[in-house]
Amino acid sequence: MTATTTPYDRDALLDRHAGAVRHTVRGSRAAIACLMLVLAYLIYAWFAFDIPRLIATAEPQRAVLLATDSVVHKVHVTKGLRNPGFEVAVEGERTATYETPPPWVEADANAEQVFIDLGDGYTVSIDGTQVTMTGPETEPIRVTPGEDGVSIAYSGDKPDWVREGYNVQTESLVKFDARPTIDKRVQVTRSKIEVHRYFFGWEHFFFPFDSELHGRSPGDLVDLAFSDERLDPEQSNLSLMFDTFWHNKEWQHRAVAIALLETVLMAVLGTFTAAFVGLPLAFAAAHTFNKVGVVRFALRRLFDFLRGIDMLIWSLIFIRAFGLGPLTGALAIAFTDTGTLGKLFSEALENIDKNQVEGVQATGANRWQRYRFGVIPQILPVFVSQGLYYLESNMRSATVIGALGAGGIGLMLVETMRTSRDWENTLYIIILTILLVVAMDAVSGWLRRRLIQG
Amino acid sequence: MTSLTYSSDQHASIVAQEQRRRLYSFLTIAVVAIIMVSGYTEAESMNSGGFMHGLRQFFDYPGDVIEEAWAAGWAFWGIVWRFIPALIETLNIAATATILGGLFATIFAFLSTRNLDVWPPLIPVSRRLMDIMRAFPELILALFLIFVLGASSVPAMIAVAFHTVGALGKLFSEVNENIDRRPVEGLQAVGAGWLQRLRFGVLPQVLPNYTSYFLMRFEINVRASAILGFVGAGGLGAELRRTIGWGSGEETAALLLLLFLSIMIIDQVSGMVRRSLVSGNLLARKVLV
Repeated sequence: MTATTTPYDRDALLDRHAGAVRHTVRGSRAAIACLMLVLAYLIYAWFAFDIPRLIATAEPQRAVLLATDSVVHKVHVTKGLRNPGFEVAVEGERTATYETPPPWVEADANAEQVFIDLGDGYTVSIDGTQVTMTGPETEPIRVTPGEDGVSIAYSGDKPDWVREGYNVQTESLVKFDARPTIDKRVQVTRSKIEVHRYFFGWEHFFFPFDSELHGRSPGDLVDLAFSDERLDPEQSNLSLMFDTFWHNKEWQHRAVAIALLETVLMAVLGTFTAAFVGLPLAFAAAHTFNKVGVVRFALRRLFDFLRGIDMLIWSLIFIRAFGLGPLTGALAIAFTDTGTLGKLFSEALENIDKNQVEGVQATGANRWQRYRFGVIPQILPVFVSQGLYYLESNMRSATVIGALGAGGIGLMLVETMRTSRDWENTLYIIILTILLVVAMDAVSGWLRRRLIQG
Repeated sequence: MTSLTYSSDQHASIVAQEQRRRLYSFLTIAVVAIIMVSGYTEAESMNSGGFMHGLRQFFDYPGDVIEEAWAAGWAFWGIVWRFIPALIETLNIAATATILGGLFATIFAFLSTRNLDVWPPLIPVSRRLMDIMRAFPELILALFLIFVLGASSVPAMIAVAFHTVGALGKLFSEVNENIDRRPVEGLQAVGAGWLQRLRFGVLPQVLPNYTSYFLMRFEINVRASAILGFVGAGGLGAELRRTIGWGSGEETAALLLLLFLSIMIIDQVSGMVRRSLVSGNLLARKVLV
């Protein structure tokens, strides 16, 4: 490469070939100008979105909390002070209360003396109404709930994992909230003492706590399924298991399955309807098949109108008219995509090969036979591949339309997220939604390969 | 097709093949018909309002909204003007998401293309990453980010951008796969480095298609940002939810009009630019002169 005899002089070279490099130089300048514009826009957007305030107010610990809470379940130990009572319950559910407390909770008959082992050296003991919390590196903290608040006595410094809640009006201390690690929490107010301990896993996923199937090992369950001894004389063990699982109140498997089905129905019905309504309209909108310009123009504008109104607006109108349900979503998708698919198909129809149609005509075929054997085989690949592509994308749209209020898994997701009580339910729905979308992509990809090649 | 006359065997096999093909077509049509009929019956029964009942009410709501907008008279255009900031916010979400998404999509596309001399083990990794980003529903990401970052337009922007990386990345990498290798080899022969080959051999070939896909994605993203606004992330969608819940018909009408007009204008303009890009009127002529 360095075999040239004259030394390389860049500027001289550029001068000599100014004409040849001119458009490249101009292109580079244009590119730099474009990049500067984009950069300027992004700087504007940074302030338009008020990113500095957003960073200040973001709560990243909520992400950690959410991530933790979605893979664990917590057990509440609650001692009521205003309404006396003592219970140990999974997620504080009345239906999931322990008859005898688990080994890490020791309580006497009237729950006057309670000792709770929170693990990692943290313990809580309750004597009457007085709570004493100790940790491996923390001196005992004594919390006493009274008539108008709580009083806290630290033996050493106040640890940074303790939060004190004040009543703004009376400025009295009303809440003690300690969370030394993410899986332990102690809260004391004047009305109750509540201790949470977190355990890994989704509790009661298969069978609810109050069912007799709860807490059995998998091997035990398999034995039970094939044994003749019926737990419930009304039905076989297998159907009892399914029944208990299906009607699990906490996880609502049945409701989730119905919501998923609704979403699938929305996407499939909407796309199919759009494709089958769009195809004949596309014929009438293509200049190769329709000589009446007015009709073509009107149909083109109809397609633009249907697309332009957009799925959001169609859904809102249909939700008003048809209420909650898959029909609403299906019609919203069908209306929008009739426009899109009609436009695509009519463009495909205008670009078909005339020779094939003429060949069929030469054999004496009539109008319908020409369409059937000359045109349809040419646009079938476009029809199938675009139809399936829109099916995939509508699967995602159906979840969003659902969230707007049409129902299905989208609405369920928004609702469980808004109540934000049990994140494991939300995670369960998210996993199922993603699986559904991925499965739909796979099925449509497989169908596309089969139908277009075969 | 070597002989002009078919043997009877050939004829029989062709007839059999045709019959099988017809059977398959018939079966496909039957399956689709069954899905449609049973699906609509099922959907009808699951819906809270019935089809016939809903059909009668179909024009009620748009009718009410238009009527109220009409009653407002000239004041209606004042309301439209008041919602311009919301429109700008939605457009900002879409534009920022498309720019950031497009930027990352370009990087991913170059990493996942076989004929651009990148490190081969990276190719399947970046392709799978793009698949995941494409498949992940925007709604879930937006809701999650709204929970962590609070209700503002940024969660919607990030969610849309995330999806854009996957969608555009795939299209970009297909463009990359289809380039003409000869300019790249020519540049390599005169000793151009990897970046120089990219700048002078690849970019001029892919840029028109990139721009076209970029504009198409911007159209889609405007719609997506309006929708995500509705579930809690600013812009036109958020205003729309407020007015539908609490506000008056003329406000809703103003928002719908703004959304419709902006989508139409953006579609038409970007369609024009894209057509001239693909037919080579916008960039190619300058290169030739």
